[in-house]
Amino acid sequence: MPQKGLLLRILEHDTGGKIFLAALTVVAVLLPVLNLAVPEGSALHVSTYTVTLLGKYLCYALLAIALDLVWGYCGILSLGHAAFFALGGYAMGMYLMRQIGERGVYGNPELPDFMVFLNWQELPWYWFGFDQFWFAMLMVVLAPGVLAFVFGWLAFRSRVTGVYLSIITQALTFALMLAFFRNEMGFGGNNGLTDFKDILGFNLQSDATRIGLFLATAITLALSYCVARYVVNSKLGRVVVAVRDAEDRARFIGYKVESFKLWIFVFSAMLAGIAGALYVPQVGIINPGEFSPLNSIELVVWVAVGGRGTLYGAVLGAILVNFAKTYLTGALPEVWLFALGGLFVVVTLFLPQGIVGLLRRRRRKAGLKEAAT
Amino acid sequence: MNPLSVFGKRRRERARDTAGAERHTVTAGEVDVSHGPILYLENITVSFDGFKALNELTLYIDDGELRCIIGPNGAGKTTMMDVITGKTRPDSGTAFFGQIMDLTRMSEYEIASAGIGRKFQKPTVFPQHTVFENLELAMRADKRVWPTLVARLSGEQRARIDEVLEIVMLMAQRDLRAAELSHGQKQWMEIGMLLMQDPRVLLVDEPIAGMTHQETERTAELLTSLAGKHSVVVVEHDMAFVRSIARKVTVLHEGHVLAEGNMDEVQNHPAVIDVYLGA
Repeated sequence: MPQKGLLLRILEHDTGGKIFLAALTVVAVLLPVLNLAVPEGSALHVSTYTVTLLGKYLCYALLAIALDLVWGYCGILSLGHAAFFALGGYAMGMYLMRQIGERGVYGNPELPDFMVFLNWQELPWYWFGFDQFWFAMLMVVLAPGVLAFVFGWLAFRSRVTGVYLSIITQALTFALMLAFFRNEMGFGGNNGLTDFKDILGFNLQSDATRIGLFLATAITLALSYCVARYVVNSKLGRVVVAVRDAEDRARFIGYKVESFKLWIFVFSAMLAGIAGALYVPQVGIINPGEFSPLNSIELVVWVAVGGRGTLYGAVLGAILVNFAKTYLTGALPEVWLFALGGLFVVVTLFLPQGIVGLLRRRRRKAGLKEAAT
Repeated sequence: MNPLSVFGKRRRERARDTAGAERHTVTAGEVDVSHGPILYLENITVSFDGFKALNELTLYIDDGELRCIIGPNGAGKTTMMDVITGKTRPDSGTAFFGQIMDLTRMSEYEIASAGIGRKFQKPTVFPQHTVFENLELAMRADKRVWPTLVARLSGEQRARIDEVLEIVMLMAQRDLRAAELSHGQKQWMEIGMLLMQDPRVLLVDEPIAGMTHQETERTAELLTSLAGKHSVVVVEHDMAFVRSIARKVTVLHEGHVLAEGNMDEVQNHPAVIDVYLGA
């Protein structure tokens, strides 16, 4: 089966997904041209700042897809998903720290600056291997994956569901935040990991690298979308929705519900980790603030605004809400949190299916009218 | 103690001994019904906060039989099904599926995979899935995670689903979401889901609630036709319906068996008249 056939098969009946992937392709082709080829004075020039900002949005979009898989499809409202994002980010951050080498302020070839500052004599064992890109990338998916596996195994096996599960996911990310704040943990404490120089030998400050990172993010997002779509279209996807709608029934027709929840939870955590790893080199820092419970709650708002259980709705929500956030925190900084809270209330009360649900209703109404005339 | 239960216990113990000695003749995963009954419930007690929902219940279901279970509300009918399907663990007593499988040690999904299917009193379907998908999910298959991820419907499986759709008369609703079905249609779809599971034992809780007269008749036909190949246990309140299908009826009262026999015997049993049929 040729590649194109496979792609078309995955996206069959997924109009929203086709529109999203087409738009993503257009942006991914145009943006590098407008940034690199069009001279800076021109009205069409896109600044590197904008490129990085969009790259950040795409990372959020990937994170939103991850949450949509567990919340929209499996009904597990995780209020701690940013933890997996942050873990992926830290794994990437550790690699970037090791790439600094002796160019740090203290010029120590082996130890990152913060360790020298803390008078550490040698690299802690869990930093071993992070000078290798492949190892770091492995950890980007493994660290969140293993945490999700252990956490999910305990929680799902004990049949913790609903609001109780949400609360313990929130506790999980909060506990991780407190842990990562501690200097003794060896992850840079309060300041986190920053001051990165280059990735795979490319200077992180150069425009070309920024474009490269943006493209890598866009491609990863597109691929992840297709994989996620494949998963929700598969029989496993239907079982997961069945678990969401009637958990006991799924059990009584022979599905081991816990295993299915665990699988989708771990898969989602890995996607979140990848999103975090793409995010860190673009923003140039990872600190314990990324574990903040507020981040996970914001993430839930994105998916709710876009429309859960559709994948592309999550993407739409992530981009729109973050665009609004960028605008509002610049123009009216004191308003943002109220706007976010208000948005959540409005969506919960009036748009239970989010923007996608609204559009679908519109289209169905239009369709009915057409049929009537 | 009920002399019958002592007999039954001895019968199964002896059977298990022989099964142990001849273990090589039993294929793994197969239900051993070489001694007649397929379900053995013995001296089962379940209490909720001191209330005994089941009280030393002893009941055998033969392979291939159609059994009706009646009894007033709170007699323990649903609790009995909960014990068989692993939803509720008994405080004491044993529940065996065939000679070897101890139901009190198996989880819900293991019991379902082993071949006990259940239709609930209140129709519980997957509302967001189409009728076809509901049947597909119920279909007998490898239900572990990875095989499910890569599962593709074969032509044979599609044909089987369509065949069951015909049987339960939902062909026209094939691509409708289950949420949009009428109550009676949901009941039928659940029966269809049971058929897709192809279980050895079907536990059917109040199958005709909310059905029209014709639908009821058809349900009776269907359940009767399933007996023989499958064991069917029906819990029902509707006496006329029970009379139309039952060969053997068990009356439950306050968590144990009050009487057993054919419909006439049971209806003329003085204890039954006293507590249930309310003379």
